[in-house]
Amino acid sequence: MATTSDNSPALLDIAEVSKSFGSVEVLRSVSLKVAKGEVVAIIGPSGSGKTTLLRCVNFLESYDSGSIRIDGKEVGFRDGGARQRRSERDLAAMRAETGMVFQGFNLFPHLTAAGNIMLGLTKVRGKSSGEARSIADHWLGRVGLAHKADSLPAELSGGQQQRVGIARAVAMEPKILLLDEITSALDPELVGEVLAVVKSLAEDGMTMVMVTHEMAFARDASSRIVFMADGGVSAVGPPKEVLAAETTNERLRTFLARFRASQF
Amino acid sequence: MGYTLNFNLIWRHFDKLWGGLLLSLELAVISIAIGIVIGLVLAVWYVSAGRVVRGIIASYVEFIRNVPLILLVYLVFYGLPTVIDLAYSAQTSFVATLAVYSGAYLVEVFRSGLEAVPRGQIDAGKAIGLTPWQRLVHVRLPTMMRITLPALSNTFISLFKDTSVASVISVPELTYGAQWINFNTFRIVEVYLVVTAMYLVTGYALLFALRLVERWYRTAR
Amino acid sequence: MLGQIAYALPFLAEGFALTLWVSLLVVVLSLIAGVVFGVGLVYGPAPLRWAVRIFSDTVRGIPILVLIFFVYYGMPAVGVHLQSFWAAVLALTLFKTAQVVEYLRGAVASIPKGQSEAAMAIGLTFRQRLTYVIFPQAFRRFLPPWINGVTDAVKGSALVSLLGITDLMQAINQVIGRTYEAMPLYILGALLYFGVNYALSLASRRLEQRFAFIRE
Repeated sequence: MATTSDNSPALLDIAEVSKSFGSVEVLRSVSLKVAKGEVVAIIGPSGSGKTTLLRCVNFLESYDSGSIRIDGKEVGFRDGGARQRRSERDLAAMRAETGMVFQGFNLFPHLTAAGNIMLGLTKVRGKSSGEARSIADHWLGRVGLAHKADSLPAELSGGQQQRVGIARAVAMEPKILLLDEITSALDPELVGEVLAVVKSLAEDGMTMVMVTHEMAFARDASSRIVFMADGGVSAVGPPKEVLAAETTNERLRTFLARFRASQF
Repeated sequence: MGYTLNFNLIWRHFDKLWGGLLLSLELAVISIAIGIVIGLVLAVWYVSAGRVVRGIIASYVEFIRNVPLILLVYLVFYGLPTVIDLAYSAQTSFVATLAVYSGAYLVEVFRSGLEAVPRGQIDAGKAIGLTPWQRLVHVRLPTMMRITLPALSNTFISLFKDTSVASVISVPELTYGAQWINFNTFRIVEVYLVVTAMYLVTGYALLFALRLVERWYRTAR
Repeated sequence: MLGQIAYALPFLAEGFALTLWVSLLVVVLSLIAGVVFGVGLVYGPAPLRWAVRIFSDTVRGIPILVLIFFVYYGMPAVGVHLQSFWAAVLALTLFKTAQVVEYLRGAVASIPKGQSEAAMAIGLTFRQRLTYVIFPQAFRRFLPPWINGVTDAVKGSALVSLLGITDLMQAINQVIGRTYEAMPLYILGALLYFGVNYALSLASRRLEQRFAFIRE
């Protein structure tokens, strides 16, 4: 697993990103660098801007100022001086460089598990359907669902659907995988199977940014934890440091205390 | 194309349109009032009845919903008097037709409303010792009303528009007034523009008012 | 009496065929126009959205009969001359198009936002998202109400009898004019209309059941 370091070249470079919804400032000059192979967990109270930040990375949300670069390339806006939104075609191509797994799975209900994975491979990556199918089968195997390739989402459990969601995202071979509270909609007994998949991807060296409420998982699987509060980065560092009980960060201490109280 | 709009003749005969609009509203109100009674009685009967009665009520609903209103209007006005010994005016004939017509749509509205009343409410009614009749009047119907009010409003608006079919048996409602002016003044475009506006304004005003009533009904109790 | 009616049967059959022909034309034309305008309403630029919104709310806000008269009597007045058959088809198509626009809007609106986002996230372009993700799902929600609404075209077509077009309704009235057998003929007509429309509504109900499992 890669470790934090400011001198390794950043794969993802978020620099002073701000965003408001009307008069509410949801992101206040957020900066964050993520190196290749890193696993970064973003934690924080609800309304702290974690999910918004994640959605800015693949430009599902636009941002008002600052820049987000992947491999040195600005995500949502054209290169050069003026902040001009990229064309629809460019945006699609940029988004294909990141994978995203959603809280609500968002599988396409009219396509089978394999079909969900094949759609991007055939239409975006231009692969033949035979090729796409074998990639889909490979990834379904990886997430333990080889036998469900031809099932419709409605025929799968929540945990299975989410594993298909992960397979759909990684099959595109994204540079970064974005995980948005992927276990929040699951029954407790199904959380484990999904986290196991994420862990095995981390071991493969997949670069990941995840918003999560699973503190134990964040501690075990991530190389760095970012604590967000009120739209800004309030603390960042290795899991042991950030999650230490004796932190001097007031907001973080309150958050952790409340969290522990609800856990035990 | 050189068509110049000239509304003068329309305003000269505007009483035909205004009177027609009022009659359209009257026809719609009387018809839906009778239709609600038909719909309620049959819906309550339907949910508690056996297969035969259900079959008969369902046949009535399906028949009316699948036959053009204009045919029903002709059937009642020109057809029925040839087999039964009864004389009635065009207006009465139309109201009877539209009432039976709306009744069929309202049976469906009320039936699904009754079935949407949560089981727990009926059980709660039983638990405090209400008789079946009391449960119907005090528990099921008020709840059903709340559920069905929007559909009831929509039915009323479409009945208001359906009154235009009364013109085919010369009931002097709004569309009849439009045709009269059409044939007598030939200010065709003008009269239909005015009549379109009258239907639109009345229809959307009614809809707005009914939505207010719905909101009041939802919060007033 | 039955002999007289039997004698008129070929004439009635012609009227019935015309009713079906008008309905078919209206259904096909309005499907095309409705889908085009419906997509315009959901995804088009603001002026187009407003134009479609006003068109749809106006047409749905007035009686079909007024629309039919407006088109039939109004178009010659402004110099457009159409055969009464085509004026009738045009008026009914306008009425039906407004309905199709609303079915389409409702079908697209019922698809959760997450579907678009997931499609964006794997890098599909706008057109690809519509083609492979939104429309296949919207289609399943569009189809049952649309088929059910075909009965409105069939029922609405009975109004074209007022323009002197010999559809089933007009044929019945003409035969009654000769035979004075009003009741049997109206009932026969009602049964014919009922037969067509009931079959359509059964088909729509069956489709709805078939697509039910995909709802969630």
